Amino acid sequence: MIVAGLTPKAEWVHWWFATGFLALGLLLVAEAIVGRETWGRRPWRRYLWPGLLFALGLSLWPVMTFYTNSMIHMVAHGSWAQVLMLAGGAELGLARGKLHSQYWRLCMVLAMVVSGTALLVHEQQHWFFARAAFLHHLLGWTIIAGAVFPLLQVFRPRSVVAAAGFAATVIAVSVMLYSDRDVAPVFGHFSVYAGVQHR
Amino acid sequence: MSVDLAHDLKTKTKRRAEPLALRARLVLALGPATAIGGVVWALLQPWRLTLLHPYGQGFWWLLAEPPLYVVAVGLLFRLLLAPGIVEDLEHER
Repeated sequence: MIVAGLTPKAEWVHWWFATGFLALGLLLVAEAIVGRETWGRRPWRRYLWPGLLFALGLSLWPVMTFYTNSMIHMVAHGSWAQVLMLAGGAELGLARGKLHSQYWRLCMVLAMVVSGTALLVHEQQHWFFARAAFLHHLLGWTIIAGAVFPLLQVFRPRSVVAAAGFAATVIAVSVMLYSDRDVAPVFGHFSVYAGVQHR
Repeated sequence: MSVDLAHDLKTKTKRRAEPLALRARLVLALGPATAIGGVVWALLQPWRLTLLHPYGQGFWWLLAEPPLYVVAVGLLFRLLLAPGIVEDLEHER
């Protein structure tokens, strides 16, 4: 009960993760603009976005621990934490040169497919129930569709379209997370079962 | 003035006079564009900034200032990362 009273609202946590994804998106956009060679000219820069991705995965563990409103929420948050850390770790290994095979980049594809599926599965309400439900559906399908870009990067690492598409997907995820509200309507729709609307 | 020094000065002057490449401009614009996005959001939804009316707000409400987060990300990118990236782009030219 004490923990439940102290933990921040879900929408605030979504905004903090939105900020992390916005930073990640900016790094990816910049890398897509200048290319991998220029981006990697300073060694520390190679670790930036994989490190941030790993940190985002790590940050999901407290979310899994404290937001236990249902079993499926715990499973979803736990699986996100694992796959984001796996993807971030694989990218860190590639950046460091410890990993060589390009196929390690498939970890990112796995992370996006698992994340998108978890988002869709753990949302129990229909699309227009409320804004949170709508965004969970939209986020899930966007991330699953966006997985095509890292998949393309596995086979065409220098593809600008793939890099830009991946960056755009991350930015879109960030915008959607910023749009999240705990109890708010979406396009005028608001279920009477959603609770009391607040700002 | 020695010939080497004069040549170096001429090269530096020429480099300064050259317009920035499109890619460099894009990188330099990323941060400010993001920050402007945050400012526009703050203007459209000022109630999201609880710092503007802090009385009676709890700790988490005061910590959650999403438009400011957006501005901060944009500014940090522009100040900490963009100059180095542009420098590397210029070096490659």
